[in-house]
Amino acid sequence: MASSESYPDDLKYHPEHDWARIDGDEAVLGVTWYAQDALGELVHYEAPDVGSTVSKDSSYGEVESVKAVSDLISPLSGEVLEVNAKVVDAPETVNDDPYGDGWLIRIRMSSPDELEQLLDVAAYKKVLDEA
Amino acid sequence: MSFLSLTASDRDEMLAAIGVSSIDELFRDIPQGVRYGRELDIAPALTESELQRHMEELAGKNIVDEVCFLGAGIYDHYVPAVVDAVLQRGELLTAYTPYQPEMSQGVLQAIFEYQTAICELTGMDVSNASGYDGTTVAADACFVAKHATGRSKIVVTEATNPQVRQVIKTYAPGFGLEIVEVPHEGGVTDPDRVREAAVDAAAVIFQQPNFFGNLENAPELAAAANDAGAMPIAHVDLVSLGVLEAPGEYGCAMAIGEGQSAGNAMSYGGPHYGFLAARNDYIRRLPGRIVGETVDAAGERGYVLTLQTREQHIRREKATSNITTNQTLLALAGLVHLSLLGPQGLRELGETCMALRAYAQTALASAGLEAVFPEKATFKEFAVRTGRPAREALAAARAKGIYAGYPLGRDYAGLDDALLVAVTEKRTVDEIDRLAEALS
Amino acid sequence: MKLIYEKSQAGRRGLGVPKPDLPVPEVPPELARKSPPRLPELAEPEVLRHFTKLSTRNFGIDTGFYPLGSCTMKYNPRVNERIVGIPGFANLHPLVEDDAAQGALELEWHLQEILREVTGLDAVSLQPAAGSQGELTGLMLFRAYFKDKGEDEQRRKIVIPDTAHGTNPASVTMAGYELTPVKTDARGNIDVEDLRGKVDEHTAGLMLTNPSTLGLFDENIEEIRDIFHSIGALMYYDGANLNAVCGISRPGDMGFDVVHINLHKTFSQPHGGGGPGGGPIAVRANLEPFLPVPVVVQDGAGFRLEYDRPKTIGKVRAFSGPFGVFVRSYAFIRSYGPGLKEMSEVAVLNANYILARLKDAYDLPFDRLCMHEFVLSARSLKKEHGVSALDVAKRLMDYGFHPPTIYFPLIVPEALMIEPTESEAKETLDEFIDAMLAIAREGAESPELLHDAPHDRPVRRLDEVRAAKNPVVRYRFEEHPVEHGAGSRQLEAQKGA
Repeated sequence: MASSESYPDDLKYHPEHDWARIDGDEAVLGVTWYAQDALGELVHYEAPDVGSTVSKDSSYGEVESVKAVSDLISPLSGEVLEVNAKVVDAPETVNDDPYGDGWLIRIRMSSPDELEQLLDVAAYKKVLDEA
Repeated sequence: MSFLSLTASDRDEMLAAIGVSSIDELFRDIPQGVRYGRELDIAPALTESELQRHMEELAGKNIVDEVCFLGAGIYDHYVPAVVDAVLQRGELLTAYTPYQPEMSQGVLQAIFEYQTAICELTGMDVSNASGYDGTTVAADACFVAKHATGRSKIVVTEATNPQVRQVIKTYAPGFGLEIVEVPHEGGVTDPDRVREAAVDAAAVIFQQPNFFGNLENAPELAAAANDAGAMPIAHVDLVSLGVLEAPGEYGCAMAIGEGQSAGNAMSYGGPHYGFLAARNDYIRRLPGRIVGETVDAAGERGYVLTLQTREQHIRREKATSNITTNQTLLALAGLVHLSLLGPQGLRELGETCMALRAYAQTALASAGLEAVFPEKATFKEFAVRTGRPAREALAAARAKGIYAGYPLGRDYAGLDDALLVAVTEKRTVDEIDRLAEALS
Repeated sequence: MKLIYEKSQAGRRGLGVPKPDLPVPEVPPELARKSPPRLPELAEPEVLRHFTKLSTRNFGIDTGFYPLGSCTMKYNPRVNERIVGIPGFANLHPLVEDDAAQGALELEWHLQEILREVTGLDAVSLQPAAGSQGELTGLMLFRAYFKDKGEDEQRRKIVIPDTAHGTNPASVTMAGYELTPVKTDARGNIDVEDLRGKVDEHTAGLMLTNPSTLGLFDENIEEIRDIFHSIGALMYYDGANLNAVCGISRPGDMGFDVVHINLHKTFSQPHGGGGPGGGPIAVRANLEPFLPVPVVVQDGAGFRLEYDRPKTIGKVRAFSGPFGVFVRSYAFIRSYGPGLKEMSEVAVLNANYILARLKDAYDLPFDRLCMHEFVLSARSLKKEHGVSALDVAKRLMDYGFHPPTIYFPLIVPEALMIEPTESEAKETLDEFIDAMLAIAREGAESPELLHDAPHDRPVRRLDEVRAAKNPVVRYRFEEHPVEHGAGSRQLEAQKGA
């Protein structure tokens, strides 16, 4: 059911175990394999509203397993363009495919220079080693 | 000490296994400066028979043989023997909170059945496993309303139980709430006044029947709240819900109340149980435990605590409440009582209360006592003017072995001569005749 | 097992109601019930049998050992159940005039005095309904106290250690305060250096349990007291672990200004499957004016309830509190007398004995003597054999024990928190120890026994994910089209009546 551990090279990472896939001036955000493994099977996704604003390092929503709640920390600032309805309906999608079908929101970045502060996969793996 | 098994030889073996020479050594981490160096100043231990004697002496100093017409939120209803028998089952009485569901299917299923009963009675979709009492569930409901609507104003009717209002006001500063009261007019609440007050309110809380025993125009009060975008929250009497409409049927968002009338002895105010039920929209904001149905590894139906992420042990400072220990055993007592009554029995219970109450109203009117709120429909309680300070009337009746009612002047202006008289199914025509005679 | 609703049959009744020969007044039609509630319809014997059967599917202290850390699952003396049923207690209405309740008020007074003695503080309110409510009340007292001094705006923060029970931060939020977390050091004490950096003029106070949730007495408690009191802040004691120190060390002497006591832990009010409880608070004299109303006071040779307290925070619960809980706790205390000290000594002895015999088979996060409870970790078991604290807990059920507290406190991974209490005989402790040792071996040799546990309970391991994803929180009558009495037939019968 759950996927095997992986951290794609083409993504940017945040130390709170979130990832960003950059697409022009937009970004798709989600949580990493480590995050979904620590939480266990997800049962609920509290998503932000489309059109609302997210801020770098702040919470934009929550995911819950049976035993834990986790804030979703945004790696970037921007406006929410789309929420992944598939995850709202079936939160376990994040466990099965955290980087593909398990994406959480798509934003239009308001401050693209924030990208410089994000971690590449090697730096993120270092964060994991210390965890 | 007969609660302790430890013998001297047990102690010596255990100390040896630990590797210390005395019990005192086990406390070596406690700094000398905070040691209590003397014997506790408590009376010497009593054996069980001495204890029984002492407690009977204490109980004997309470007066419980005056015929009880006192209500005002707690009522002298009959508690059936089967309730006591169930509560004395050690597996229920001495069980912990059912966090380990495989050890606790009895309690979990019972709570699920209780939640079902509360939903049925109130017309709501989800009930929690109980709150502390009928006053704190009102505070809980305010917390839900604030977070659900984003508004901080709570409207509550003056005709709602004074202790409920007092508790809401005590919780309000911490919750950041503004509390606005709508005065009663002639013993009931005007829906137009509520409509005005409810602008920008998170919720409107009203009691049905209200504290005076009068029936409010509950559907109109709920409509007034809904019109203003506020959540209508009805504070109701469980044993009235065989004859009075369920709050869910007339537009309420939540239903709360004191459950004592179903299944609990009066016991000088507790322990009892508060119930709290809501529309499904609010399920994730509900405080308190909720039991849900599931299956086990063999596909058999079973029950577990669910949506625990709302609660303090997971969500901590963002929890929907800090509540942990609740009133489960008392709520189970309520479930047993309601299960014995069934729908027909509950209806008859309501009807008997109303029939005796009507007889009492007539008897007291004939004895020269005016109704405080004439022509108002009531359930099991009503207010009368005694023609003198209420305390004097009360004393006169007590001298004749009747506890006539609650002096309303304690809580409401202009009612210093008024008593709130409650009539339950335990009262008889004879007792009511005596009440009338004692107050005339 | 069937739900009571599934056993319901139209026309059955379990309780008759007196029917006086009087007309029944009409309820105004717009307020009257249209559809009867679908309550169960069973005769009395079937109701009793249903609940009796339910009870056999449950585990209680009466059944066996419950080593739940921080819960103090001690024996509930049966005489206390007899005593709460005495009509002079059971049938007393809470709103009677004080002269009719002298026995109740005297009991409350004496209980207050006893709690003052045990805590080493000056005044008590019995009103809070549970420990959490005691916490909230205590924090409300903080706010009232500081508001009275003009410092409430300035003092917004409560310090809480990372080992704190979840109720502490939840209470902080409900009281309108902000949380400042402080770390625990390698000895299991509050990290005093971390604390110094976090306490300032914006601090209202500290919330602490001592011994902590690790079962360890904070060796630096006097220093901590000085840090808070020197800046005019207050200290709140979470009484959950009071069972360790009755008559040995008093929270008031440790420096705490407000204390809540869990009557359903230390003082044996039965847990009832989740409640009721009692959370009375004891306070230092400077906080007494703010206590909730009513307060029980002496009045000549008798007692009365006093409401006229101008600085009171108000009311946190109806009446004077959960009286039946007071009766049981008072009776429990009167059965021990000053021997409450022995109660705590045996609780601590029992815990240290189990610790001594298990610490080599599991991981020990803090190598100290414990108080009434201790924490082990299944971390190595998880790493080496893939079995978790949860698996150990479920397997213990097969050995006839209720599991200990697991995954708490949060700072210990795969935590197992064990509190035997003073009630247990050495043989029971030995059986538990043997079971835990056996399970550690099974974890290494046959882990599937743990993964599939429990095997011998009324149900196998339950699917909590399913319950959370699709909550079914009441019986769905609409999905079970069996005729229940409270359906169309019932309505027809009523129309005909």
